[in-house]
Amino acid sequence: MDYQLNHLKELESESIFILREVAAQFENPVLMFSGGKDSILMVHLAQKAFYPARIPFPLLHVDTGHNFPETIAYRDSLVERLGARLIVASVQEQIDKGLVKEEKGVNASRNGLQTSALLEALEEGKYDAALGGARRDEEKARAKERFFSHRDEFGQWDPKNQRPELWNLFNSKKQYGEHFRIFPISNWTELDVWQYLAMEKVELPSLYYAHKRKVFEREGTLLADCEYIEKRPTEVVKELMVRCRTIGDMTCTGVWMSNAQTTDDIIEEVATTRMTERGGRTDDKRSETAMEDRKKKGYF
Amino acid sequence: MDYQSSELLRFTTAGSVDDGKSTLIGRMLYDSKSIFQDQMEAIEATSLRRGESEVNLALLTDGLKSEREQGITIDVAYRYFATPKRKFIIADTPGHIQYTRNMVTGASTANVALVLIDARNGVVEQTRRHAIIASLLQIPHLVVCINKMDLVAYSEEVYENIKEDFEKFAAKLDVKDVHFIPISALNGDNVVNRSEEMDWFGGTTLMYYLENVHIASDHNFIDARFPVQYVIRPYQEEFHDYRGYAGRIAGGIFKKGDKVTVLPSGFTSTIEKIDTIEGELQEAFPPQSVTILLKDDIDISRGDMIVRENNQPRVEQDIEVMMCWFNEKSLQPNGKYSIIHTTQEARCVIKDVRYRLDINTLHRDLEDKEIKMNDIARVVIRTTKPLFIDAYRKNRITGSVIFVDEGTNETVGAGMII
Ligand SMILES: Nc1nc2c(ncn2[C@@H]2O[C@H](COP(=O)(O)OP(=O)(O)O)[C@@H](O)[C@H]2O)c(=O)[nH]1
Repeated sequence: MDYQLNHLKELESESIFILREVAAQFENPVLMFSGGKDSILMVHLAQKAFYPARIPFPLLHVDTGHNFPETIAYRDSLVERLGARLIVASVQEQIDKGLVKEEKGVNASRNGLQTSALLEALEEGKYDAALGGARRDEEKARAKERFFSHRDEFGQWDPKNQRPELWNLFNSKKQYGEHFRIFPISNWTELDVWQYLAMEKVELPSLYYAHKRKVFEREGTLLADCEYIEKRPTEVVKELMVRCRTIGDMTCTGVWMSNAQTTDDIIEEVATTRMTERGGRTDDKRSETAMEDRKKKGYF
Repeated sequence: MDYQSSELLRFTTAGSVDDGKSTLIGRMLYDSKSIFQDQMEAIEATSLRRGESEVNLALLTDGLKSEREQGITIDVAYRYFATPKRKFIIADTPGHIQYTRNMVTGASTANVALVLIDARNGVVEQTRRHAIIASLLQIPHLVVCINKMDLVAYSEEVYENIKEDFEKFAAKLDVKDVHFIPISALNGDNVVNRSEEMDWFGGTTLMYYLENVHIASDHNFIDARFPVQYVIRPYQEEFHDYRGYAGRIAGGIFKKGDKVTVLPSGFTSTIEKIDTIEGELQEAFPPQSVTILLKDDIDISRGDMIVRENNQPRVEQDIEVMMCWFNEKSLQPNGKYSIIHTTQEARCVIKDVRYRLDINTLHRDLEDKEIKMNDIARVVIRTTKPLFIDAYRKNRITGSVIFVDEGTNETVGAGMII
């Protein structure tokens, strides 16, 4: 018999190992859940890691208030099915309390405001580890991220002072008030995620599949027409067949023209596409080092 | 593409500055069509801005801002690409002397080490250092790429001389499987496509090698080792008495019905079930993550190890390791550190430094035994409790440890058990 795992099962095994390390090494972990496919994958892996027990940590959704309604519906039904506890960190509340200031103008987005809501929720819940679904193939600053990423008491990331990570040995030691961000799916690529979700027949929010939607174009990106985005007079709305490749805040998540109806269609599309998935994210386009700068301040 | 049968291969790349490492990685990504249009547009724009005449593929692997400013790679960066046969993870590590630590980190999980040599310079000090690290870290396969062949007129003689030099030196090392390939990363010769300039070369291209090198036996399938990570107790009606030991197989094959011993207690039992959410498995092998249930109700917790009765690891407190030191503060003789081994944690004291290894010459220095950042040394430690260990040569998982500074919590060193 040939004792060899395929690449998806090997990635799965690595991620399960890390999820279990987190449950064993930390007192109070939390899983950051955005409603996107990566966090759906994380939940799926966590179910496997602790079966038949329930996932031993709550889910945390940083809610900008500018969601696709489909995301919230999916989130709520998932939470119910898992019997999990959901914590919502609301950016709207932070704005109402005057803790952060909303951006103005046509390119206004609440994406940058998530950091403050996230850090407050982590502090309030006294969470010592926040599990995130970030992947190293997404963006160049993330290519250097550790599985166990140490954060100081302000939640900041110091790329020059990361702990070396060898073999499968993870050092979770920290001072009081510090915490860790943990990225169990670091080694997955976008294609791996889709192939795995297809293999496992995981149900996904309808947004990922092609559907008719009112959209308009801005700087080469298609954005969903919604009340949260102020349109320029020159920007015209048209109805197209589109789907999301990532799901985030409506104001900065681009949609793509696509006819992909099934997960297999999506795999086909991802395998042949010529644009990176974050290519549709206007938040990354703000400057060449936008992600790195946000991460240093405590973004995911 | 039949992704259900594709395997995962991890490799490191090492070379001195300017040997062409970034160009080679860029070339592999480009020729395997792993580059996206927006990435390509971004590096085209950057190349143009910098006044370079052609698109610089090396920019594809450029990392953080500070690195771009200095034009060097400062940390391990991970890259991904796939072909229909395999998915690849590259641990891209910088070649500077001061970054032995990164090279060791990248090497720790690699199946293949890719060492780059500039054909004009041949085997240099850094080549030797990279090979020594690959050998110390027991990377199963080594592929030596002799690059910039276009600058030596694709000469077979140059290639053969370098190969001979390297082999002479590698004979002193513990490396089993070495391959040589003459390439031009810049022009793409023998990277993905066969070179038309080097028809004297009978070997395969680098990509063919990476797609086909036999990695199925890189794990230890003989000595059964299961470090317990976490105990699963559902506390739900339907799983009332469920007590599962969650972990990842570190070695050997576990089968339902196997007689096992639990360390450190020494109690024996039988495997009742190997559980996963998809159902029961008849057997489990590395690197699978599973949950093991035993027939008998014995007290087992994280840090314990399930092994086979007739094949047990060493249970020891006095341990010798080859240590690589990572911290600016030197190793303290008689100093105390936390030590992490599989899922166990203990404290240890540094009893003796046997010698410091000069990683350029393999010379054992018995006089100057101050162990500074990026040094490698043979060290004797004593732990506060017994660890369940194998020699690193036998098993990279049960044979490795890391050291943590008890004051700063930094990971200060890594050890390979002898
Ligand atoms: N002629 C030639 N030049 C090369 C080759 N590979 C790399 N170079 C050049 O060597 C220089 C250093 O390459 P780079 O990839 O940045 O090296 P690194 O420091 O090892 O990452 C660059 O100017 C490359 O264009 C090659 O195969 N032939």
